[in-house]
Amino acid sequence: MTDMTYTIALMGNPNTGKSTLFNVLTGLRQHTGNWPGKTVTHAEGEFTYRGATYRLVDLPGTYSLYSNSADEEVARDFLLFERPDMTIVVVDATALERNLNLALQVLEMTGRVIVAVNLIDEAKKKGIHINTKKLAAKLGVPVVPISARNREGIDALLDTVDAMAHGRINTTPLSIQYSPDIERGIAKLLPLVKDIMGDTYPARWIALRLLDGDASLLQALKQPPQLLIKEGNAYACCGSVKSV
Amino acid sequence: MLAADQSNRFDRLMEEAASLAPDNTREQIVTAIFQTSAALCQECVTHKNSVKRDRTEQIDRIVTSKRWGFVIMLALLAAVLYVTIAGANVFSDSLARLFGTIETYLTMAFQAIHAPGWLHGLIVLGLYRGTAWVVSVMLPPMAIFFPVFALLENYGYLPRVAFNMDRLFKKAGAHGKQSLTMAMGFGCNAAAIMSTRIIESPRERMLAILTNNFVPCNGRWPTLILLSSLFMAAGYTGGWKTFVTAGVVVAMVLFGIVVTLTVSWALSKTALRGIPTHYTLELPPYRRPKIIETIIRATLDKSLYVLKRAVTVAAPAGILTWGLGNVHVGDTTVLAYLAGWLDPFAKALGLDGYILMAFILGLPANEIVVPTLLMGYLSAGALTEVDGLHSLKQILLDHGWTWLTALNMMLFSLLHYPCGTTLVNIYKETKSAKWTFVAFALPTAIAMAVTFTTAQLARWLGLI
Repeated sequence: MTDMTYTIALMGNPNTGKSTLFNVLTGLRQHTGNWPGKTVTHAEGEFTYRGATYRLVDLPGTYSLYSNSADEEVARDFLLFERPDMTIVVVDATALERNLNLALQVLEMTGRVIVAVNLIDEAKKKGIHINTKKLAAKLGVPVVPISARNREGIDALLDTVDAMAHGRINTTPLSIQYSPDIERGIAKLLPLVKDIMGDTYPARWIALRLLDGDASLLQALKQPPQLLIKEGNAYACCGSVKSV
Repeated sequence: MLAADQSNRFDRLMEEAASLAPDNTREQIVTAIFQTSAALCQECVTHKNSVKRDRTEQIDRIVTSKRWGFVIMLALLAAVLYVTIAGANVFSDSLARLFGTIETYLTMAFQAIHAPGWLHGLIVLGLYRGTAWVVSVMLPPMAIFFPVFALLENYGYLPRVAFNMDRLFKKAGAHGKQSLTMAMGFGCNAAAIMSTRIIESPRERMLAILTNNFVPCNGRWPTLILLSSLFMAAGYTGGWKTFVTAGVVVAMVLFGIVVTLTVSWALSKTALRGIPTHYTLELPPYRRPKIIETIIRATLDKSLYVLKRAVTVAAPAGILTWGLGNVHVGDTTVLAYLAGWLDPFAKALGLDGYILMAFILGLPANEIVVPTLLMGYLSAGALTEVDGLHSLKQILLDHGWTWLTALNMMLFSLLHYPCGTTLVNIYKETKSAKWTFVAFALPTAIAMAVTFTTAQLARWLGLI
């Protein structure tokens, strides 16, 4: 198993210390550039842990995945088409409620998620206590408290990454219950989505986005964007791609 | 499978989805997510003694509430304007007297060196007097307004304004962030045009660009404040006078916001159709700004900057206006000829030829509209030394001004085409001559329509 490489996507709101964590994990083994055809900065790096190599992709900081902006489109497309082996969502412990919005949206797209609750030291200073065990149980994915700038909790995070990479963690991602109207719409669309796209994509999430009239998603599904030039070779007409 | 076939199936899927979606899908989705997050935090997060955070939340609960948000916003704006107008009156007169004294010495100096009359006219009566008027009339309100406004800004109040306005903009089919770019427009429209970059959707960004100049910028605040204090509260005295003056300016700002929303709404239903996108607005905690530093910065950066701009543009304009006012064609001056030519049209708008010409010559910068107007009037015969607001009002009254003239000039100033710098920025940002022209023509048409209506209405009702 020593030559295995796993891809990890790093997500989070702006100003949550996402890049600090990225730097802590990858050190100097990183390179930056632009996403093809976009003016969005692309940074990725590598690290090894217990014999496995991890490719860490620092996605742009966003508040949602609603493709309002180029940043959000890049983040969404990466999760959808590159399908990383796992996604670390960095949330700000001092503003957990707002940050969870993004985490919940990621959970709708993929279950292979680790939530890293960053700035836990600052939260403690402000008298905020977060019960991460309970949060993990509720979200159905591992939750690790960290302080990236103090390098606290990094080992625990890496252990979780290792466990998830080797299939030792089963996740049961929380599924948001929408209003009856929307749930009805999803139920009707779901078979159609599965019929057209198969099981390659998160069907419930796609149905939801289509209900919301997300034309940019439809465009992306029709013509999956070539996200990273160096490995853009395996595109079929309906865009099933598995990197690495 | 053929790509085209696949594409068609996607389109059908989208149509199907559209038919199933309830009206406020986005609202419902976002609400469900927010409620889930809130419920999770309720269970997993406990707070203790977080005093500072709580205080921000407590204040926000009031200043961004549906009931009090707008009331507080207007009250604060009125308070800032009240302080500005009350304070400006004190300084303006003494400043004007100072300039009057200096002018006497200048004239003596010119006589001492036996300078020709035209040179004295050009330099002292054109350049100096024009500039002196600008400084004595515009500096006092700016020196008070900008620092006070900056304090409010640095306490973190402006994002709350954006938060309050967000609902309205969304209803108008525009992006909530337009409330931020609009707030920026209160400072400078040209800068606000650049700031519309924060709006990602091209449609919503265009709305923000086209409607930005309906709020008064640095260059127009002084005009509004000045005219309001001269004409709008004539029947009142003392504190009430200041209060009414401030009230009129607040009403102007409100009217500008109403026009912004109406035009956004109309455009989003016609030329720029679409639905508003969703976004997250972070409300930073309130912070006590460094008060002295803020005041100094605002004075240096804004007051002096605007003044410098006004003077550097006004000085050549002063010479030009003086020249136009003293070059004779037949038995009349070029200036009087042009003003007379514009007059019938301007009168229909409740203005006069000189005012309209001042707006035209003021295209490069709104700051110079009032100075140009004064120079126009002064060169046309009624030569008055700079000695304060009272004589300023006398100049205007001598040229047939009424409260309606003042009101319409304020309205025209509020609504007319953006300044040259702003137009250049609009062209740079949109890369489209067509949209730049729209950004010029649309406000101008609205300004003309509104002033025409008020003028005709006032005359028809026999108010003047």
